Amino acid sequence: MKNIRIMTVCGFGLGTSLILKMTLDDVLARHHHNVDTFCSDADTALGQQFDLVLTSVEMSEMFSEVDVPVVVIQNFLSVDEVEEKVLPTLQAIIGE
Amino acid sequence: MTMSENKKNSDKIFSSDVVRLKVDVVDWQGAVRASGDLLVNSGKCLPEYIDAMIQTVNTMGPYMVIAPGLALLHARPGDGVLMNGFSLITLKAPVEFGAPENDPVDIVISFCAINQTTHIAALEKLARFLRQDTNLTLLRQALNVENLITALNSQK
Repeated sequence: MKNIRIMTVCGFGLGTSLILKMTLDDVLARHHHNVDTFCSDADTALGQQFDLVLTSVEMSEMFSEVDVPVVVIQNFLSVDEVEEKVLPTLQAIIGE
Repeated sequence: MTMSENKKNSDKIFSSDVVRLKVDVVDWQGAVRASGDLLVNSGKCLPEYIDAMIQTVNTMGPYMVIAPGLALLHARPGDGVLMNGFSLITLKAPVEFGAPENDPVDIVISFCAINQTTHIAALEKLARFLRQDTNLTLLRQALNVENLITALNSQK
């Protein structure tokens, strides 16, 4: 199976996307998913290799042409929201 | 600086000069300025950093409103940062950032970082604190800066 990479994105890649990555890492650890996670900034995000994107509604627009699932998160601190939105998408990717 | 002193400093993200409670502002720009002034006055960044934070919200949208009522603001290391620093204010009356899902905002945290990595440990600790609803309630109800700082800095 290929190594799945999940990218969190914010404007500069040093605040919001880090917070989101921390919440995501907690969710993945809870479910024993061994997935690579990393942050990116708006300028370099599209040049990265990724299988799934987590970001805000504002940032999600830049991925409209990208053929990869984009999960929009409202509360970046919410383990429940990230869990609810990411796990089904992740299962679908793993199942492919 | 010795290793132990370095660790000690990183254990305390907030001090009394960077925390203000129930601040009176008229709009989100006022909230950013009040929060950014604490970073400037404590020697963490230059005044231009505040303008850069406002500019970021104007150009990229209010995505830094990361949770209901909570904004985590920053600009880039190159925007006049002198050293890593965090500030925290609560607002007397909430303001709208134009973030429909998470407005209105009554907790504003700003930070400045000298590079992409050295602030991460502090940010992780802060995130662990903010992820607990009881701590958000504590923040919103806080009237005493010293008591709040004790709670903030006791987060592991």
